[in-house]
Amino acid sequence: MNEKLLLLGDEAIALGAINAGLTGVYAYPGTPSTEITEYIQHHPLARERGLHSRWCANEKTALEAALGVSYIGKRALVCMKHVGMNVAADAFVNAAMTGVNGGLVVVAADDPSMHSSQNEQDSRFYGKFAFVPILEPSSQQEAYDMTSEAFDLSERLGVPVMMRITTRMAHSRAIVSVGAASEQTPMRMPSSPADWILLPVNARRRYLSLLETYDRAAEYASSRNLCVDGPDRSTGIIACGIGYNYVMEHFTDDACRDAPQPRFSGAMPHPLLRITHYPLPVEAIRRMAAECGRLLVVEDGQPFVEEQVRGVLPSAAVVAGRLSGELPRVGELTPDNVRAALGLGPLQGAGPCPLVVPRPPALCAGCGHRDLYNVLNEELRNYPEAKVFSDIGCYTLGALPPFRAIDSCVDMGASITMAKGAADGGLHPSIAVIGDSTFTHSGMTGLLDAVNSNSPITVVISDNLTTAMTGGQDSAGTGRLEAICQGLGVDPAHICVVVPLPANMGQIREILRRELDHQGVSVIIPRRECIQTLKRKL
Amino acid sequence: MKLDIILAGVGGQGILTIATVIGEAALAEGLDIKQAEVHGMSQRGGDVHSGLRISDGTIWSDLIGRGMADAVISLDPMEALRYLPWLKPDGWIAANSAPFKNIPNYPDEQALLDELRRRHGTVMVDADAVAREAGASRSSNIALLGAASVRLGLPYGQLEEGVRRVFAHKGAAVVEANLRAMNAGKNGAHI
Repeated sequence: MNEKLLLLGDEAIALGAINAGLTGVYAYPGTPSTEITEYIQHHPLARERGLHSRWCANEKTALEAALGVSYIGKRALVCMKHVGMNVAADAFVNAAMTGVNGGLVVVAADDPSMHSSQNEQDSRFYGKFAFVPILEPSSQQEAYDMTSEAFDLSERLGVPVMMRITTRMAHSRAIVSVGAASEQTPMRMPSSPADWILLPVNARRRYLSLLETYDRAAEYASSRNLCVDGPDRSTGIIACGIGYNYVMEHFTDDACRDAPQPRFSGAMPHPLLRITHYPLPVEAIRRMAAECGRLLVVEDGQPFVEEQVRGVLPSAAVVAGRLSGELPRVGELTPDNVRAALGLGPLQGAGPCPLVVPRPPALCAGCGHRDLYNVLNEELRNYPEAKVFSDIGCYTLGALPPFRAIDSCVDMGASITMAKGAADGGLHPSIAVIGDSTFTHSGMTGLLDAVNSNSPITVVISDNLTTAMTGGQDSAGTGRLEAICQGLGVDPAHICVVVPLPANMGQIREILRRELDHQGVSVIIPRRECIQTLKRKL
Repeated sequence: MKLDIILAGVGGQGILTIATVIGEAALAEGLDIKQAEVHGMSQRGGDVHSGLRISDGTIWSDLIGRGMADAVISLDPMEALRYLPWLKPDGWIAANSAPFKNIPNYPDEQALLDELRRRHGTVMVDADAVAREAGASRSSNIALLGAASVRLGLPYGQLEEGVRRVFAHKGAAVVEANLRAMNAGKNGAHI
């Protein structure tokens, strides 16, 4: 008997993985993917079975560990936000080259509109680039069902499978009907061990095999994508993942109340191809193009499908979507922009209220980063040339008023390496501000570079003992940051730990002044627990 | 039955808890639900909203589009007005009249309240005050839900059951405090 649960898309994937006989989840926190791993961490069956669910240092270590699980014949899940794919890319592309033994599913959670990200890259490009099949659920129920399908497919084809979701799938709840949990797969070594040694002689053979597998993946995808016929062939619709929902939303009576003519009554008026499985079903698209005057591509993220559709059709074919302007080139799909793309007029709402002003996010009251930026701003008044290279985390909010304390935020770990480069080129003082979790994610190797060239930089590791931005997950280096810095070769005399509180401003300023003048690598660690994780303990 | 609600407020005020309680009540009524949440950077003291869709038919979109919402339920008066373009012409607002001021340029309070009262069918409550008077000062969100319950069209008993289920893991005292807050909100609502 199936149980009905109200689950986030993320949670549906997590439960789908547990019930598919998962052995471990490997991940670094990142919005909107974090809740997948958290759900597994707290699930009773996952605990009873002792499934691995501890956070990893970064997405690359996560994917490699999961590949190790796969090597011994067991099932592993890897979860990350879209930019995590950049960090894991080396492992991801080469995991397709080795192939997998136990099922390996990589969830990439994209964030179009950049609700909590620095870009809106589309992970489907990585899937195509690596010759990895992609599943993109259009509902939370499919997210649950497709996770198990993805593990089966991964084992059947012998390659990793990507599950691609976007923010609105990850962070929307719906009722999901869930079944019973399967047993975990037993340990079973690879039948072709040489596949895993990517020396050129093996890699060349594996590459041919991977390309052949991709053809089989395309055949499978063609059999799985839904084709619906409709009487109005002026337009055929290709809707990907949750894009399908926004299309269907407008073919209900209520949605059409303001339409010039109430043409739709709950039935799909146009031929529709719903893409939930990639590689793209090229033949189905060619057939639709032959039958319909024009094709409309509705996809969340970048025009990944639209570009390919244009490539497989004769140049006379009319293709509408993000590239042709029917949908916006940037930002996520919404019921509003899909409605416009379908040629329906806007629904009538009230005009915006002129009294309303923006309310941007800000550092919490009582947060240690606030004290750090206050003292940094004070001291840097004496150094008008100073630049502060910062990083990804809550402390990025230090860019906003009233602080305006940082000059950069690029990618995980870039604060230290950019400060190094600027110092190498003659900037003084050159300062890096990085969080504890970001430091262990991707800052340590950069610090080693700085030590090796004795770059005159001051690295501030603002340690709140957690991964705060994503909701307070464990941080990989907690309690060991000084030892890590020493181990990387930073002179212990220039590793200073302070407590960022208003009462300590004088002391911190003195240390800061001394270290800014040091002609080598200094590390200052302001350490005070995140106010949010602290509150939860009260 | 079809109800599209935008829940609004400031990160940390507890709009998701309101959504969860309404969701529980709708689930018990055998209705379909979709609820789009906000996580991540926007939670840090910025404006947040969540779309809650309830229907006895299929719900497709996870998001509520402009002109689609039947109701806006907001823990702050200005945040209620932010979502006017999403409200149907006959849609209604339930708002906490006590402002959450964490920005230097928060608009004139009286002007906001006048604007809300001017709109037909607005439900207003000083959720902070009624929750405090009910001995549940941390339950402004549930007090606001109590006020909104007057117009929601879901059985009040199901909302009470929802509160019991959602807060059960925090113990009987917390459950009781929230039930008191919800009732105080219902009684303190100005329509």
